[in-house]
Amino acid sequence: MRGVSGLGQLDSLEGLTNRSGWPHSLFSTDGLPRDAALEIIGTAREMVEVGRRRVKKLPTLRGRTVINAFFENSTRTRVSFELAGKRMGADVINFSAAASSGAKGETLGDTARTLAAMNPDLIVIRHPEGGAPWFLRERVGCAVINAGDGINEHPTQALLDALTLMEQLGDLDGRTIAIVGDVAHSRVARSNIHLLHTLGATVICVSPSTMRPAQMDQSLKAQWTDDLDAVLPRCDAVMMLRIQRERLRESLFPHNREFAIRFGLNPRRADLLPAHGIILHPGPMNRGVEIEPAVADGDRAMILSQVENGVAVRMALQLMLLARGEG
Amino acid sequence: MIDPGQGVDRLGDVEIADGHVVALHPEGTAPVGEGTLDAKGLWVLPGLIDIHVHLREPGQEYKEDLLSGSRAAVAGGVTTLVCMPNTKPAIDKREVVGLLRRRADQIGLCDIQVCGAISRGLKGEELADLGEMAEAGAACFSDDGYPVMNAGLLRRAFEYASDLNLMLMLHEEEIDLSNGGSMHEGAVSSRAGLRGIPAASESSLIARDLEIAHEFGGRMHVCHMSTKRGVELVRAAKARGWPVSAEVTPHHLFLTDLAVVESDYHGHTKMNPPLRSREHVQALREGLRDGTIEAIATDHAPHGDVEKEEAFGCCAFGVTGLETSFALSLRLVDEGVIDLSRAVELHTAGPANVMGWSDRGRLEPGRRADLCLVDPEVVWTVDPNEGFSKSVNTPFVGWQLKGRVCTTIFEGNIVYQNGRPAR
Repeated sequence: MRGVSGLGQLDSLEGLTNRSGWPHSLFSTDGLPRDAALEIIGTAREMVEVGRRRVKKLPTLRGRTVINAFFENSTRTRVSFELAGKRMGADVINFSAAASSGAKGETLGDTARTLAAMNPDLIVIRHPEGGAPWFLRERVGCAVINAGDGINEHPTQALLDALTLMEQLGDLDGRTIAIVGDVAHSRVARSNIHLLHTLGATVICVSPSTMRPAQMDQSLKAQWTDDLDAVLPRCDAVMMLRIQRERLRESLFPHNREFAIRFGLNPRRADLLPAHGIILHPGPMNRGVEIEPAVADGDRAMILSQVENGVAVRMALQLMLLARGEG
Repeated sequence: MIDPGQGVDRLGDVEIADGHVVALHPEGTAPVGEGTLDAKGLWVLPGLIDIHVHLREPGQEYKEDLLSGSRAAVAGGVTTLVCMPNTKPAIDKREVVGLLRRRADQIGLCDIQVCGAISRGLKGEELADLGEMAEAGAACFSDDGYPVMNAGLLRRAFEYASDLNLMLMLHEEEIDLSNGGSMHEGAVSSRAGLRGIPAASESSLIARDLEIAHEFGGRMHVCHMSTKRGVELVRAAKARGWPVSAEVTPHHLFLTDLAVVESDYHGHTKMNPPLRSREHVQALREGLRDGTIEAIATDHAPHGDVEKEEAFGCCAFGVTGLETSFALSLRLVDEGVIDLSRAVELHTAGPANVMGWSDRGRLEPGRRADLCLVDPEVVWTVDPNEGFSKSVNTPFVGWQLKGRVCTTIFEGNIVYQNGRPAR
């Protein structure tokens, strides 16, 4: 373990700057430099074009090994990473395991060392607990991409969202983006807040207080309100977060109907957006809860562009982490 | 010779015989001869007392056992410790108490006092065999590791333990507020993306339990206090004359929740209660100064790789502390938080008073000849691989500390010297 500071030596979060892991890995968008983010997004734009060709495969990462280590069920993200790796020419292996200690009879430390012994060039990790990518990186020599760690971060989602926003809105400097839903327990929200701030946008989180992060004013560079109608007219885009069923048990909200009434994006609310305003959702959607079908399928919704851009961003990241810096 | 318990801080000699202190001699007046130990330039203190230690025996001897724990204790100057009952099986019957007392006697490096469980199997449902355990030598009772969430059971435990003249050491945590969290809830947990354990999880249960202890009678001790409101509640209760005491751990006195992020989510920064934010650490330090907190206790919680080689949310709570505890308190002195006399008191007379022990904790004729010699000048770096505990889970790895225990004497015998325990 790296030594930690005592009281008086490190007194605020601002003393901990770049936590992104860039340029050897990507754990987080917290502190990811603006130049690096724009370079990833720019490279991803080229990859969008590649993905639309008849022959979509590049030889760039031929002979390189990528392991998708998924400790939590995911189809969409795993498929996106798998497709991205294959389109770059890498050999992609999918590995899944249960996460909880003891249950599987092997610690994450043992799993990490086992994977490392197979000499991968990149491990993509999805894990139900925050911090797992940092843990993995300390025990493997290769690059690591965080594909979602607990309620912490999902940096590739934020990058694909930024690409989608920039395709529609251009430069994000001075833009205002609302993030609606369970911000406190959303890795999508946390990564987006960091990245959008870096790219110059203003972020307004909209949720009941039960879904607001603790001491948010001191921890995250975003505003907060519980009044969705009031903020929509000044938003260039609104991101709807997926409502997780398990949060019902924690009494974060009484039931789906009430959430839909207070925070759901229905046609009336969508019309409060300015004419150029767009709608994002990381998927999978709960139609009728956080978003109504007429809105999800309408012209302003960028949901399928997000999926396409997700593959492109993951191609770009694998290219930049594996093919560069090796002269 | 330093003994805050009786206001001693002067040069001189301690005469001991038959396991007890016989006399304190002013400098140059003691007879020199066989069996003399030259402690020139060293501090001679009463043997240290650590009232909150997990020795993992029986059941988890791969983490620690009575021998390895005793070796770690004497290396830290500790001559009396209280071991907690959350073993496997739990210490909830007289047979287990008796077994541990006999094993401790056989090892003979230090005095291992046994804390029995409050509830059978630490399940919080029915009383453990408090009377039988007391007869077998239990020193106090606790369900440490878990709170006693059933207020009715806690009431009966207080009443029953009062008859036995033994106190309850309470792990104060409202489980429904902790709600599966793994670090302090606040700005840092929001940034780190980890579920939080709010400060009210501790303070709300302290408030409840103070009311229960007060109304039904009982000696209440708050384990590992970590919150500002907790300190305030205990301070107010003491001002009213209620019989309550509190301990604090070294890690809660030095580290904040920022350590979780700074260490890249390392499991050695995860403990329960969690590392809190700066205002809480400062309140705990104030509680040391004004006497609200009377003991520094380590909550020494050894864990193996099986428990700690996991993602932060999955890995076990707890850190080791026996071998670094007193040196860290000397750092509190260096930082001007407390003076040396108070630091020594928090490891000797303070915890002895909490436990109601009058036979130790002071350099006084008639008391046990448990001593600890400290070289105040030696500077050393914390390296758990050089320690005597079986486990290495300390967050203080790499810290440079000044002042270190060089000799430990237990019942008149040298049990630790020149970096080696006597067995």
